[in-house]
Amino acid sequence: MSTPTLGLDCDVIVVGGGPAGSCAALVAARAGLDVVLIERGPFPGSKNMYGGVVYPRILDSLIPEWWLEAPIQRWVTRRSTMLLTDTQAMTVDFRSEAWGRPPYNGATAFRPDWDFWLAGHAEAAGAQILTSTTVTGLIRDASGAVVGVHTDRPDGDLRARVVIACDGVNSFLAKEAGLYTHTDAKHFTLGVKETLALPEEVIDERFNVRDRQGVDIEILGGTSGVNGGGFIYTNLDTLAVGVVLKLPALAAQKARPEDIIATLKAHPAIAPLVQGAELKEYSAHVIPEAGLEMMPKMTMPGMLVAGDAAALCLAAGIWLEGVNFAMASGMYAGEAVIEAIKAGDLGSKGLAGYERRLRDTFVLRDHRKLRRAPKLVLSDRVQHLYPAMVANTVERMFRVDNPAPKPGVRRILREERKRAGVKLSDLARDGWNGFRSFG
Amino acid sequence: MSTTPPTNRPTEMLEPHAWGGMSFQERMATAEFRIHHEPHIVVDGSVCSDCSTRECVVACPASLFVPTSDGGIVFNHEQCFECGTCYLVCNREGAISWNYPEGGHGIVFRRT
Repeated sequence: MSTPTLGLDCDVIVVGGGPAGSCAALVAARAGLDVVLIERGPFPGSKNMYGGVVYPRILDSLIPEWWLEAPIQRWVTRRSTMLLTDTQAMTVDFRSEAWGRPPYNGATAFRPDWDFWLAGHAEAAGAQILTSTTVTGLIRDASGAVVGVHTDRPDGDLRARVVIACDGVNSFLAKEAGLYTHTDAKHFTLGVKETLALPEEVIDERFNVRDRQGVDIEILGGTSGVNGGGFIYTNLDTLAVGVVLKLPALAAQKARPEDIIATLKAHPAIAPLVQGAELKEYSAHVIPEAGLEMMPKMTMPGMLVAGDAAALCLAAGIWLEGVNFAMASGMYAGEAVIEAIKAGDLGSKGLAGYERRLRDTFVLRDHRKLRRAPKLVLSDRVQHLYPAMVANTVERMFRVDNPAPKPGVRRILREERKRAGVKLSDLARDGWNGFRSFG
Repeated sequence: MSTTPPTNRPTEMLEPHAWGGMSFQERMATAEFRIHHEPHIVVDGSVCSDCSTRECVVACPASLFVPTSDGGIVFNHEQCFECGTCYLVCNREGAISWNYPEGGHGIVFRRT
């Protein structure tokens, strides 16, 4: 471990012990830098929740065979996308046995477990973890460069060569530094979740899995008319059931989040899955959903931003990822900091390796590729018109109206499109947008 | 699904027994809060009194914003998830001053 320069408390301050912060601290500490990771909760992960699936492939290089030790609940081997109307449900269901074997694909996990485990690796690498400490602001020098943070501890100022802000979706540090030009409610969704207890074997039976296999169900249309989506994830002996709601729509619709979950759970296609389950924990968190449209400037002299703090969360309908983006961006921030310290340049030029890494990897490439998706998925047509149009079309395709002969699918689709009030030009435009986004 | 929010649901579906007879207080009691005596969020009721939209009342997942009969808002910080929804949906400049609680306090999601 290097000795920090005179007047400094350490080389690197990482703010926030989530997946971004712990990966940043892990990488920097392994390179021999003196790292302090500051976490405002009593333990890393204590402030964090999400819907429920983590895709840890990016950890292969950092923690080889992570799956032997990671605190996962179930390996996701089934992915279902479900479309709901009040009385109908349509599900596209995929399962793969390969996802239930090493090296695995995705897993359900509780964030307090997952984040605590990752932070343990950072600590083992030599990072010092300061819990129950809230960072209250940035310390900047005369040139405006970040040189440390204020905390709520007595004599709580800490100085370092560089600060990595992994302080989550509200990132007051990125805002204080002026890296966000503005904050707009329409870029955010509220996730609310119920953790519901059911015996392991009941979950196995209801969800048609066994041996720690798990299911990821994403739902379009079950959110009481509020733009958003629903989800069900299987943990070992609990279910994570909840909804993600576009903030302005939630406020305008006058529907309470817990009522929206209750309505989803009462749906005929969902009720049998959750029946009799007891609420273990109710939780909520805000999600940065707008991707590239909301992303801040990623660096400034003396500071980098990673994870949700940098809006690096992918909410692209059928792809809902965040922890992997957080872990990767934290890792790249750590690598860039090592380079910058070696070069003795912690200004914008010295830290440019961070943005370069983000641009050259899935972190920004996925966001660029799917840049139209978040808006499309949360748009009024996709949310309020298409589910009924699709479900009614499918219902008529499979309904046997003897003695009437079967109508052609094209005719049904035309009639249902009109009945749903969808203009052909809008459908074509959305279809083209969807094709360009997802194709 | 209809194009308008569903209003035709049987009202009993929205009653507590639909999720197992649990009141909102019981729901909130499932989460652990290490309460600090000093509120980390301060609501300026004088700004709220002429707000008719009251986004915070609907959107706060912990239902911490309660309208009063005299047209104000009462806010209690104790069971706050620290999510940020309230300041994000609020349309009134200066109504909500929002900070994180002192280190070690506030919501603590559980490890298994």
